Amino acid sequence: MTPASKAMLTKIVVGAVWLFAVVWPMTGITPQGFEFGKAISIVGFAMAAVLAGLGLWKLRQKLDAAGFKPFTALANRCCGMPPWLWRGLLLAALLAFPFVSSRYGQDVAINVLVYVTLGLGLNIVVGLAGLLDLGYIAFYGVGAYTYALLSIHYQLSFWLALPLCAVMAAAAGVVIGYPTLRMRGDYLAIVTLGFGEILRIILNNWMQLTGGPNGLLGIKPAAVYLPDPENGWEFVRVLLKSPEAQYFLVLAIALFTVVSVRRLADSRIGRAWEAIREDETAAAIMGVNTFALKLLAYSLGAVFGGLAGAFFSAKMRFVSPGSFTFIESAMVLAMVVLGGMGSVPGIVLGALALIALPEVFRDFENYRMLVFGAAMALMMLFRPAGLIPAKRVGRRSEEAHS
Amino acid sequence: MSAPILELRNLSAGWGSAPAIREVSLTVERGEIVTIIGANGAGKSTTLMAISSILRPMSGQVLYEGADTASVAAEKLPAMGLCQVPEGRRIFPRLTVAENLDMGAYFRKDGDAVRHDMEHVFELFPRLRERRDQKGGTLSGGEQQMLAIGRALMGRPKLLLLDEPSLGLAPLIVEHIFAIIRRINEESDMTVLLVEQNANLALGLAHRGYVMETGRISMTDTAENLLQNPDIRRAYLGE
Repeated sequence: MTPASKAMLTKIVVGAVWLFAVVWPMTGITPQGFEFGKAISIVGFAMAAVLAGLGLWKLRQKLDAAGFKPFTALANRCCGMPPWLWRGLLLAALLAFPFVSSRYGQDVAINVLVYVTLGLGLNIVVGLAGLLDLGYIAFYGVGAYTYALLSIHYQLSFWLALPLCAVMAAAAGVVIGYPTLRMRGDYLAIVTLGFGEILRIILNNWMQLTGGPNGLLGIKPAAVYLPDPENGWEFVRVLLKSPEAQYFLVLAIALFTVVSVRRLADSRIGRAWEAIREDETAAAIMGVNTFALKLLAYSLGAVFGGLAGAFFSAKMRFVSPGSFTFIESAMVLAMVVLGGMGSVPGIVLGALALIALPEVFRDFENYRMLVFGAAMALMMLFRPAGLIPAKRVGRRSEEAHS
Repeated sequence: MSAPILELRNLSAGWGSAPAIREVSLTVERGEIVTIIGANGAGKSTTLMAISSILRPMSGQVLYEGADTASVAAEKLPAMGLCQVPEGRRIFPRLTVAENLDMGAYFRKDGDAVRHDMEHVFELFPRLRERRDQKGGTLSGGEQQMLAIGRALMGRPKLLLLDEPSLGLAPLIVEHIFAIIRRINEESDMTVLLVEQNANLALGLAHRGYVMETGRISMTDTAENLLQNPDIRRAYLGE
């Protein structure tokens, strides 16, 4: 046995012992006494999975050495395709999705798209400008309550309310950002966490306006005018209540967000945000108005939170403070970090992973959050920069020249 | 003779409540290379940070082209021709070399001239051209210093503030960088204010020098005279 494989074996044994120490107290200590079978079977399964993974890894190394690289070949071929082609295919797949999916699949997809919007909005703040924001969900709440109140008290249509929700969220971003953005790093994170909680507590206690913990009922769904073939193609008002309709609505919001965030990231403003993230003092020396740009990042990030919030309350037709807890902020932040800070496709994948994975792991019932945690730990170990790390792309000034 | 491009009048500044520099007065004329030499902690970098308005003066004045900069925000100064190469280089590690240079021209709207200036920086530092799509953080210390200088040049400065460009670099690379600074000064008539611990090199390059000790200017003379001065030789040149 070579020393390398001996070291590997030791690691596997230590890992098995550790896993047993974690799993056994949760499965084996019962009021009836101690039980080992369940823990041993879980550890056994995990070991089998590790060995299978190791085997596959060795196989891949052998194949790599033999010059067999199907994935690289595939990636090269895909990159060779003109961008409009794969974008068109992707869009077609997204548009066709609700017609081939079950009701359950549509619900999951709607959720994923809401979180894609939130993740991309937070990405402006965390990924581009490098400001750690732990209270981002507050802007989601501002958007949701803005639409709820406008719809209930003024019967304002969704489409008129949507820009107002964005404006309110941006205003909230400026109000929260103005005092807090003078801080850096850990201090900023704690203060944003505090503001997120303040907003939730206000929503919970302002009985006259928000209904407190009972929330607000009677929010109208979004509506569009469509020609009705049975009525001589006359335009009739259709409420977007069905999951398919909601899917298309949130898809439009998410696509708008993807395009906006990409354009922002490639712009002069995006470059300045990145410079601030890298070194704030150096950015100021280069002539970047750091405070104004940080405030802009904060309020533009809030805009997309507000849009997602407006959709959320139109979809649920009910809002309550329970939907805007810290765990939601943490979830969105996890998507950004897991997917790859600053990377648009990464964050889309991160949202997909964090919403879809717990659904997939439903079979594990009580252990699904454990499995989910393990999956996250593994991803952070093997892909610390995220699933799809941000690439340094975008046009450079001298490219047009050469 | 026209007004000096930079004049400090009894400037006091610091990071906490106690000033790190006291009553500092100095002048830099157009086209000169002036150096401030002194030991670690003498207040050299604090002086530069106060000149570029990152640090607000406690008392005294910074006059740039005859105007007090107290009312000018730090981010406005590069557009007025005052660019800084900060201590420790402070390049943007996860931006590429080209993007770092672009940041130096952040305030400029003249795209074609910016591209031309980037070419010029690549001519001064061919190593940067080779590495232009590489992330700044992956460069060697010398290359990072070249990048920091190139980035400052992208702002077309009238007055270039250089903070310890020799810090942590091999002597050969330092000599190369100093030769470039001299070339920039001679070719484009750019005024340079250089802060250095390496007194021998700095005085070899500069026309005039100021000696700083514990937050005060203790001596000033032409670079040649300072190099001959026995006190300086003993204190800073290790003789």
